[in-house]
Amino acid sequence: MNGLSSVINLLAYVAATIFVLGFLNKVVLYFKTPSPLKIATTPAPTNSVGVVLRLVPEVLFFRSLLRGGTAEKILWVGGWFFHVSFLLIILRHLRMFVYPVPGWIMSFQQIGIWAGLIFPIALLILIVRRFTNDRLAVISLFQDYFVLLLIIAIGLTGLLLKYFVRTNLVDVKSFILGLFSVSPAQVPASPLFLIHFSLVLILLVYFPFSKLMHAWGVLISPARAQADNPREVRNVAPWAQ
Amino acid sequence: MAKIEAPELTGKIITPKVKTGASKDLKVFLAKPELMTKVSFPSEKPADWKEKFIENFGVILNKYKSVRVFLDICVRCGACTDKCHFYLGTGDPRNMPVYRQELMRTVYRKYFTTGGKLFGSLGAAQEITDELLDEWMTYFYQCSECRRCSVFCPYGIDTAEITMAARELLDSIGMGSKYNLEIVNKAETLGNNLGMPGPAIRNTLDFVEEDIKEKSNVDVKLPMDVEGADILFVTPSADFFASPHIESLAGYAKVFHQAGASWTMSSYASEGGNFGMFIGNYNHMKAINARIWKAARELKVKRVIVGECGHAWRVLYAFSNSLNGPFDFLDSRYRVPQHICEYTLDLIKRGALKFDKTANDQFSVTYHDSCNVARATRMGETPGDQFTIPREIIRTVCNKFVDMDADTIGDRTFCCGGGGGTLTDELIDIRVKGAMPRMQALKRVKDSHNVNFFALICAICKAQFTKVFPYYGIDMEEVGGVHQLVSNAIILGAKEGI
Repeated sequence: MNGLSSVINLLAYVAATIFVLGFLNKVVLYFKTPSPLKIATTPAPTNSVGVVLRLVPEVLFFRSLLRGGTAEKILWVGGWFFHVSFLLIILRHLRMFVYPVPGWIMSFQQIGIWAGLIFPIALLILIVRRFTNDRLAVISLFQDYFVLLLIIAIGLTGLLLKYFVRTNLVDVKSFILGLFSVSPAQVPASPLFLIHFSLVLILLVYFPFSKLMHAWGVLISPARAQADNPREVRNVAPWAQ
Repeated sequence: MAKIEAPELTGKIITPKVKTGASKDLKVFLAKPELMTKVSFPSEKPADWKEKFIENFGVILNKYKSVRVFLDICVRCGACTDKCHFYLGTGDPRNMPVYRQELMRTVYRKYFTTGGKLFGSLGAAQEITDELLDEWMTYFYQCSECRRCSVFCPYGIDTAEITMAARELLDSIGMGSKYNLEIVNKAETLGNNLGMPGPAIRNTLDFVEEDIKEKSNVDVKLPMDVEGADILFVTPSADFFASPHIESLAGYAKVFHQAGASWTMSSYASEGGNFGMFIGNYNHMKAINARIWKAARELKVKRVIVGECGHAWRVLYAFSNSLNGPFDFLDSRYRVPQHICEYTLDLIKRGALKFDKTANDQFSVTYHDSCNVARATRMGETPGDQFTIPREIIRTVCNKFVDMDADTIGDRTFCCGGGGGTLTDELIDIRVKGAMPRMQALKRVKDSHNVNFFALICAICKAQFTKVFPYYGIDMEEVGGVHQLVSNAIILGAKEGI
């Protein structure tokens, strides 16, 4: 194994560790921080089954966004297609991660290709709206553009690898399987692949320290994830006792 | 002060272009050192205020999941930007909920996040400075904690939680709002926000009794401090003092009278409102709320019912069980506490009340959902009953009722523009502008249905609208309580002896 391979393999483990520990750290921190008062935004469900039923359409269909005006409809289209195509692309990528490849992963191959084409268009919507709408232009920060551009770059390098600068998939797979089986292998001899791969590592490292934690937050946001039952169930934080 | 221009009534709610700094000069008066001391806050900004500020910020982050999670997860998608009535009314970008929150988030990044510590201003992380504190003091008192932004946020992020935390932090380094802290102090020392002593309240109650007697020749009593009564009734003190609030007070009394209920008010707990909530201070909120439960114990009542007040209902419905529960000394067959509208509608459904609807025939009525009732509480059994119960009462006592546009009622209702501790004279400019979206919706039903009675169940909304209606060329007399309509139509005496 050459020096570059050693460095990339090492960086992959470092990035994965930072992602997992960073994410878990936030999850634990949020879990440990109490909610001293019931603050569900009402009308809210009165029990935990209802809370799950409230959250499912929020997660799957961004329900609250659909209640807004035109700007939110545009955001919905960009945001929903971005998230769904990202998921499909990840599912398609799973064939690189396991051997032998199970049938259900193979069933995502064609739709994953379509998703790869929709992905940059959705991201384009998300980025263009940030500087064309005067309110969004005011609130958008460097990090908002940074993360969109990072993900666009991941998508475009991926598309290039698929359609224009094809790399040897056997090499890619042996490298990835090596990572997962902790028997590091040679990196593929493709600079474009290494760029694509490194950008993903940057995204992993960035994730737990950024607004991307909304992926977890959407499930535990007190205004949405609390049951509206304060008259029936007494809720007291340890610090308030 | 310059003359205040109300926006033109066109019936349309148009999102304004961003006008940076449009409302930067509208500030609350600062509390004087003596007042700060009275409510147990530092009298003024200490020399080491920065350390204190950061330390207290850390404490809040560890105490409130809402603040910690909300500060982390906002993606600045912008869904909230045109949902705040104060942004719609002023165009000041700091009144976009996300950009109001950014005042806190930027400091949070600096001291509490890895990115902020590593990258500083590149990651939009700022040190806390006197100038930034000044902006906090301005814009966190231009939020009415109405939660409308939370409804449209994909994660339910509630600016009210951020505003409360910000006010708590400001108070903790000696920067308080005179208006809010004076009221907290009065509620804790005198028992009500207006500082009315017991005898003055008794005078009002006597006056209402005489007034009812004069008009209907029926002896309706408004009892106070009656030990052993079944019901303790708690209402905002404005009901004892202000118009049109007092009309609803007569309405509650007539309902209790017709129900044959044994009820009492308390001179010790003569306030339903709780400004401890507005300033985000758990201890003050708890202390003010505790008076009600102490009174309930001492008067040996079986149940507690709450009058027409939005944030009072929020604290009592959603918080008081946490603050001062459990309430196992009360009769468990009744919900604790109960809203007067729940109580009245229940009586209506059981046929215990009779009405002459024609008594309200001069009115074409619409109903304004007050923010705290709509988005922070419930009535009845089913989610959303907080919208249907008051409307059912109105339909029972009035012939002419029409709702405003669907996107301005229910959980999408607009704040009156004076909630959350902003109902003070020095903020009248922004109060007038903040009322704009509600006024436009009202204008539409005035045009289509000749609406001339604006019914609601919140003391702050009542005070705010009676003040701002004239700026829009509408008679302040058109504002009134739901129980004012009940009071007009209820037939007294018919059930006596049953």
